[in-house]
Amino acid sequence: MIALSDYLIVAAILFSLSVAGIFLNRKNIIILLMCIELMLLAVNLNFIAFSHYASDAAGQVFVFFILTVAAAEAAIGLAILVVLFRNLSIINVDILNRLKG
Amino acid sequence: MEKILFYCFAAILLFAATMVITVRNPVRAALFLVLAFFTSAAIWLMLEAEFLAITLVLVYVGAVLVLFLFVVMMLDIDTSILKEGFTRYLPLGLLVATLIVLELVAVLGAANFGLEQVPMPEAAEGSNTKVLGRLLYTVYVYPFEIASVILTAAIVAAITLTLRPSKRKTQDPAKQVLVRSTDRLRLVKMASEKPKDGRPRQ
Repeated sequence: MIALSDYLIVAAILFSLSVAGIFLNRKNIIILLMCIELMLLAVNLNFIAFSHYASDAAGQVFVFFILTVAAAEAAIGLAILVVLFRNLSIINVDILNRLKG
Repeated sequence: MEKILFYCFAAILLFAATMVITVRNPVRAALFLVLAFFTSAAIWLMLEAEFLAITLVLVYVGAVLVLFLFVVMMLDIDTSILKEGFTRYLPLGLLVATLIVLELVAVLGAANFGLEQVPMPEAAEGSNTKVLGRLLYTVYVYPFEIASVILTAAIVAAITLTLRPSKRKTQDPAKQVLVRSTDRLRLVKMASEKPKDGRPRQ
Protein backbone atom coordinates (compact mmCIF):
# COMPACT_ATOMS: atom_id res chain seq x y z
CA MET A 1 0.00 0.00 0.00
CA ILE A 2 1.39 3.36 -1.03
CA ALA A 3 0.76 6.15 1.43
CA LEU A 4 -0.09 9.73 0.48
CA SER A 5 3.21 10.84 2.01
CA ASP A 6 5.16 8.84 -0.60
CA TYR A 7 3.60 10.78 -3.46
CA LEU A 8 4.03 14.07 -1.61
CA ILE A 9 7.72 13.38 -0.95
CA VAL A 10 8.37 12.51 -4.61
CA ALA A 11 6.68 15.77 -5.61
CA ALA A 12 8.72 17.68 -3.01
CA ILE A 13 12.00 16.25 -4.32
CA LEU A 14 10.95 17.05 -7.89
CA PHE A 15 10.13 20.62 -6.89
CA SER A 16 13.43 21.14 -5.10
CA LEU A 17 15.32 19.67 -8.05
CA SER A 18 13.77 22.25 -10.33
CA VAL A 19 14.59 25.02 -7.84
CA ALA A 20 18.20 23.82 -7.90
CA GLY A 21 18.00 23.79 -11.71
CA ILE A 22 17.03 27.46 -11.71
CA PHE A 23 20.09 28.19 -9.56
CA LEU A 24 22.45 26.13 -11.73
CA ASN A 25 21.30 27.19 -15.19
CA ARG A 26 20.80 30.88 -14.64
CA LYS A 27 22.37 31.72 -18.00
CA ASN A 28 20.16 29.52 -20.17
CA ILE A 29 16.58 30.69 -20.62
CA ILE A 30 15.48 27.45 -22.29
CA ILE A 31 16.51 25.32 -19.30
CA LEU A 32 14.89 27.88 -17.00
CA LEU A 33 11.57 27.42 -18.85
CA MET A 34 11.97 23.64 -18.59
CA CYS A 35 12.55 23.95 -14.83
CA ILE A 36 9.34 25.95 -14.52
CA GLU A 37 7.51 23.15 -16.36
CA LEU A 38 9.00 20.63 -13.91
CA MET A 39 7.81 22.73 -10.95
CA LEU A 40 4.29 22.81 -12.36
CA LEU A 41 4.49 19.03 -12.82
CA ALA A 42 5.36 18.60 -9.13
CA VAL A 43 2.43 20.82 -8.15
CA ASN A 44 0.12 18.79 -10.40
CA LEU A 45 1.35 15.57 -8.80
CA ASN A 46 0.43 17.00 -5.39
CA PHE A 47 -3.01 18.00 -6.62
CA ILE A 48 -3.72 14.57 -8.09
CA ALA A 49 -2.45 12.70 -5.02
CA PHE A 50 -4.62 14.76 -2.68
CA SER A 51 -7.60 14.40 -5.02
CA HIS A 52 -7.16 10.61 -5.06
CA TYR A 53 -6.81 10.22 -1.30
CA ALA A 54 -9.68 12.63 -0.59
CA SER A 55 -11.88 10.93 -3.23
CA ASP A 56 -12.74 14.34 -4.65
CA ALA A 57 -12.40 14.99 -8.38
CA ALA A 58 -12.16 18.78 -7.91
CA GLY A 59 -8.38 18.50 -7.58
CA GLN A 60 -8.18 16.96 -11.04
CA VAL A 61 -10.14 19.89 -12.47
CA PHE A 62 -7.52 22.18 -10.98
CA VAL A 63 -4.79 20.16 -12.69
CA PHE A 64 -6.69 20.60 -15.95
CA PHE A 65 -6.58 24.39 -15.58
CA ILE A 66 -2.93 24.38 -14.53
CA LEU A 67 -2.09 22.38 -17.66
CA THR A 68 -3.95 24.95 -19.78
CA VAL A 69 -2.14 27.91 -18.25
CA ALA A 70 1.22 26.12 -18.41
CA ALA A 71 0.76 25.40 -22.12
CA ALA A 72 -0.10 29.06 -22.78
CA GLU A 73 2.89 30.19 -20.75
CA ALA A 74 5.27 27.87 -22.58
CA ALA A 75 3.99 29.04 -25.97
CA ILE A 76 4.36 32.74 -25.13
CA GLY A 77 7.72 32.22 -23.41
CA LEU A 78 9.15 30.42 -26.40
CA ALA A 79 7.76 33.09 -28.75
CA ILE A 80 9.51 35.77 -26.69
CA LEU A 81 12.67 33.66 -26.83
CA VAL A 82 12.50 33.45 -30.63
CA VAL A 83 12.04 37.23 -30.95
CA LEU A 84 14.91 37.78 -28.53
CA PHE A 85 17.21 35.50 -30.48
CA ARG A 86 16.22 37.17 -33.73
CA ASN A 87 17.09 40.61 -32.39
CA LEU A 88 20.22 39.87 -30.32
CA SER A 89 21.47 36.52 -31.74
CA ILE A 90 22.08 35.35 -28.17
CA ILE A 91 19.89 34.18 -25.32
CA ASN A 92 22.27 34.85 -22.48
CA VAL A 93 20.36 36.19 -19.47
CA ASP A 94 23.23 38.41 -18.40
CA ILE A 95 22.89 40.85 -21.28
CA LEU A 96 19.14 41.23 -20.90
CA ASN A 97 19.47 44.31 -18.73
CA ARG A 98 18.41 46.94 -21.24
CA LEU A 99 15.22 47.80 -19.38
CA LYS A 100 17.02 48.83 -16.22
CA GLY A 101 16.17 52.39 -15.31
CA MET B 1 3.87 -5.20 -6.69
CA GLU B 2 2.22 -1.80 -6.74
CA LYS B 3 4.86 -0.48 -4.40
CA ILE B 4 7.72 -1.75 -6.60
CA LEU B 5 6.11 -0.10 -9.64
CA PHE B 6 5.72 3.17 -7.77
CA TYR B 7 9.33 3.22 -6.64
CA CYS B 8 10.54 2.38 -10.17
CA PHE B 9 8.53 5.23 -11.66
CA ALA B 10 9.58 7.64 -8.91
CA ALA B 11 13.25 6.76 -9.43
CA ILE B 12 12.99 7.26 -13.21
CA LEU B 13 11.16 10.56 -12.70
CA LEU B 14 13.76 11.95 -10.32
CA PHE B 15 16.62 10.68 -12.50
CA ALA B 16 15.11 12.39 -15.54
CA ALA B 17 14.61 15.63 -13.60
CA THR B 18 18.25 15.53 -12.45
CA MET B 19 19.42 15.03 -16.00
CA VAL B 20 17.25 17.93 -17.22
CA ILE B 21 19.01 20.36 -14.91
CA THR B 22 22.54 19.03 -15.39
CA VAL B 23 23.06 18.07 -19.06
CA ARG B 24 24.99 20.48 -21.22
CA ASN B 25 22.97 20.12 -24.41
CA PRO B 26 19.48 21.72 -24.41
CA VAL B 27 18.19 19.12 -26.89
CA ARG B 28 19.06 16.34 -24.46
CA ALA B 29 17.46 18.30 -21.63
CA ALA B 30 14.24 18.51 -23.65
CA LEU B 31 14.35 14.77 -24.33
CA PHE B 32 14.84 14.01 -20.62
CA LEU B 33 11.91 16.32 -19.93
CA VAL B 34 9.85 14.09 -22.24
CA LEU B 35 10.93 11.09 -20.13
CA ALA B 36 9.97 12.91 -16.93
CA PHE B 37 6.51 13.73 -18.27
CA PHE B 38 5.97 10.15 -19.45
CA THR B 39 6.85 8.64 -16.09
CA SER B 40 4.74 11.13 -14.21
CA ALA B 41 1.85 10.21 -16.50
CA ALA B 42 2.39 6.62 -15.34
CA ILE B 43 2.31 7.74 -11.70
CA TRP B 44 -0.92 9.64 -12.40
CA LEU B 45 -2.35 6.42 -13.84
CA MET B 46 -1.55 4.70 -10.53
CA LEU B 47 -3.52 7.48 -8.81
CA GLU B 48 -6.55 6.69 -11.00
CA ALA B 49 -6.39 9.97 -12.89
CA GLU B 50 -6.60 8.31 -16.30
CA PHE B 51 -7.95 11.27 -18.27
CA LEU B 52 -5.26 13.64 -17.02
CA ALA B 53 -2.51 11.07 -17.59
CA ILE B 54 -3.48 10.73 -21.25
CA THR B 55 -3.89 14.51 -21.51
CA LEU B 56 -0.40 14.95 -20.12
CA VAL B 57 1.05 12.64 -22.76
CA LEU B 58 -0.97 14.08 -25.64
CA VAL B 59 -0.79 17.78 -24.79
CA TYR B 60 2.56 17.99 -23.05
CA VAL B 61 4.69 15.40 -24.76
CA GLY B 62 2.85 15.81 -28.04
CA ALA B 63 2.62 19.57 -28.27
CA VAL B 64 4.49 21.59 -25.67
CA LEU B 65 7.70 19.56 -25.57
CA VAL B 66 7.78 19.26 -29.35
CA LEU B 67 7.52 23.06 -29.36
CA PHE B 68 10.47 23.17 -26.96
CA LEU B 69 12.50 20.84 -29.18
CA PHE B 70 11.53 22.86 -32.23
CA VAL B 71 12.71 26.13 -30.66
CA VAL B 72 15.89 24.58 -29.29
CA MET B 73 16.82 23.22 -32.69
CA MET B 74 15.78 26.39 -34.52
CA LEU B 75 17.99 28.64 -32.40
CA ASP B 76 21.68 28.22 -33.03
CA ILE B 77 22.96 28.38 -29.48
CA ASP B 78 26.54 28.26 -28.33
CA THR B 79 26.17 25.89 -25.39
CA SER B 80 29.63 26.47 -23.96
CA ILE B 81 28.98 29.99 -22.66
CA LEU B 82 25.57 29.00 -21.32
CA LYS B 83 27.08 26.65 -18.79
CA GLU B 84 29.35 29.29 -17.26
CA GLY B 85 28.90 29.51 -13.53
CA PHE B 86 27.53 25.99 -13.26
CA THR B 87 30.15 24.88 -10.74
CA ARG B 88 30.09 28.26 -9.02
CA TYR B 89 26.40 28.02 -8.22
CA LEU B 90 26.41 24.24 -7.58
CA PRO B 91 26.99 24.41 -3.77
CA LEU B 92 24.37 27.12 -3.30
CA GLY B 93 21.82 25.28 -5.46
CA LEU B 94 22.41 21.98 -3.68
CA LEU B 95 22.16 23.68 -0.28
CA VAL B 96 18.86 25.36 -1.12
CA ALA B 97 17.46 22.15 -2.68
CA THR B 98 18.38 20.00 0.35
CA LEU B 99 16.91 22.58 2.71
CA ILE B 100 13.64 22.63 0.74
CA VAL B 101 13.51 18.81 0.69
CA LEU B 102 14.18 18.55 4.44
CA GLU B 103 11.54 21.12 5.31
CA LEU B 104 8.93 19.62 3.01
CA VAL B 105 9.61 16.06 4.19
CA ALA B 106 9.31 17.20 7.79
CA VAL B 107 5.83 18.51 7.03
CA LEU B 108 4.66 15.98 4.43
CA GLY B 109 6.29 12.86 5.86
CA ALA B 110 4.65 9.70 7.07
CA ALA B 111 4.02 11.26 10.50
CA ASN B 112 1.38 13.60 9.11
CA PHE B 113 0.26 12.01 5.84
CA GLY B 114 0.93 8.32 6.44
CA LEU B 115 -1.52 5.48 5.94
CA GLU B 116 -2.88 5.85 9.48
CA GLN B 117 -3.72 9.50 9.01
CA VAL B 118 -4.91 9.30 5.39
CA PRO B 119 -6.23 5.79 4.71
CA MET B 120 -6.23 4.29 1.24
CA PRO B 121 -9.47 5.26 -0.55
CA GLU B 122 -11.70 2.69 -2.16
CA ALA B 123 -11.32 2.32 -5.90
CA ALA B 124 -13.48 4.83 -7.74
CA GLU B 125 -16.44 3.48 -9.64
CA GLY B 126 -17.19 4.41 -13.22
CA SER B 127 -15.23 6.39 -15.74
CA ASN B 128 -12.81 9.04 -14.61
CA THR B 129 -13.43 10.97 -17.84
CA LYS B 130 -17.16 11.02 -17.19
CA VAL B 131 -16.71 12.35 -13.67
CA LEU B 132 -14.33 15.07 -14.85
CA GLY B 133 -16.57 16.02 -17.76
CA ARG B 134 -19.56 16.33 -15.50
CA LEU B 135 -17.66 18.59 -13.12
CA LEU B 136 -16.16 20.68 -15.91
CA TYR B 137 -19.42 21.40 -17.68
CA THR B 138 -21.53 22.06 -14.60
CA VAL B 139 -19.69 23.41 -11.56
CA TYR B 140 -16.60 24.67 -13.34
CA VAL B 141 -18.15 25.89 -16.59
CA TYR B 142 -17.07 29.53 -16.18
CA PRO B 143 -13.43 28.68 -15.35
CA PHE B 144 -13.53 26.34 -18.34
CA GLU B 145 -14.55 29.20 -20.62
CA ILE B 146 -11.90 31.45 -19.11
CA ALA B 147 -9.35 28.73 -19.91
CA SER B 148 -10.40 28.87 -23.55
CA VAL B 149 -9.98 32.67 -23.52
CA ILE B 150 -6.48 32.22 -22.06
CA LEU B 151 -5.58 29.79 -24.84
CA THR B 152 -6.88 32.20 -27.50
CA ALA B 153 -4.86 35.03 -25.97
CA ALA B 154 -1.80 32.78 -26.03
CA ILE B 155 -2.30 32.01 -29.73
CA VAL B 156 -2.72 35.70 -30.60
CA ALA B 157 0.28 36.72 -28.50
CA ALA B 158 2.57 34.03 -29.90
CA ILE B 159 1.65 34.84 -33.50
CA THR B 160 1.92 38.63 -33.14
CA LEU B 161 5.27 38.29 -31.37
CA THR B 162 6.87 36.13 -34.01
CA LEU B 163 5.20 37.53 -37.13
CA ARG B 164 7.71 39.35 -39.25
CA PRO B 165 6.49 42.23 -41.43
CA SER B 166 6.45 40.91 -44.98
CA LYS B 167 9.04 42.30 -47.40
CA ARG B 168 6.99 41.47 -50.48
CA LYS B 169 4.63 43.94 -52.18
CA THR B 170 1.29 43.39 -50.49
CA GLN B 171 -1.99 45.21 -50.27
CA ASP B 172 -2.87 46.90 -47.01
CA PRO B 173 -6.57 46.08 -46.44
CA ALA B 174 -7.04 48.97 -44.01
CA LYS B 175 -5.89 51.47 -46.63
CA GLN B 176 -8.03 49.80 -49.28
CA VAL B 177 -11.15 50.18 -47.17
CA LEU B 178 -10.42 53.78 -46.26
CA VAL B 179 -9.88 54.93 -49.86
CA ARG B 180 -12.20 57.65 -51.26
CA SER B 181 -13.24 58.16 -54.83
CA THR B 182 -11.38 61.50 -54.96
CA ASP B 183 -8.15 59.64 -54.18
CA ARG B 184 -8.60 57.22 -57.06
CA LEU B 185 -9.14 59.63 -59.98
CA ARG B 186 -7.96 63.18 -60.27
CA LEU B 187 -9.02 65.44 -63.17
CA VAL B 188 -6.34 67.86 -64.21
CA LYS B 189 -7.03 70.94 -66.28
CA MET B 190 -4.41 71.64 -68.90
CA ALA B 191 -4.09 73.32 -72.24
CA SER B 192 -4.70 71.05 -75.21
CA GLU B 193 -1.60 70.10 -77.15
CA LYS B 194 -1.52 70.45 -80.87
CA PRO B 195 1.25 69.42 -83.17
CA LYS B 196 2.68 72.23 -85.28
CA ASP B 197 1.90 70.80 -88.74
CA GLY B 198 -1.68 69.78 -88.00
CA ARG B 199 -1.05 66.02 -88.15
CA PRO B 200 -1.48 63.81 -85.10
CA ARG B 201 1.74 62.68 -83.50
CA GLN B 202 2.90 59.17 -84.13
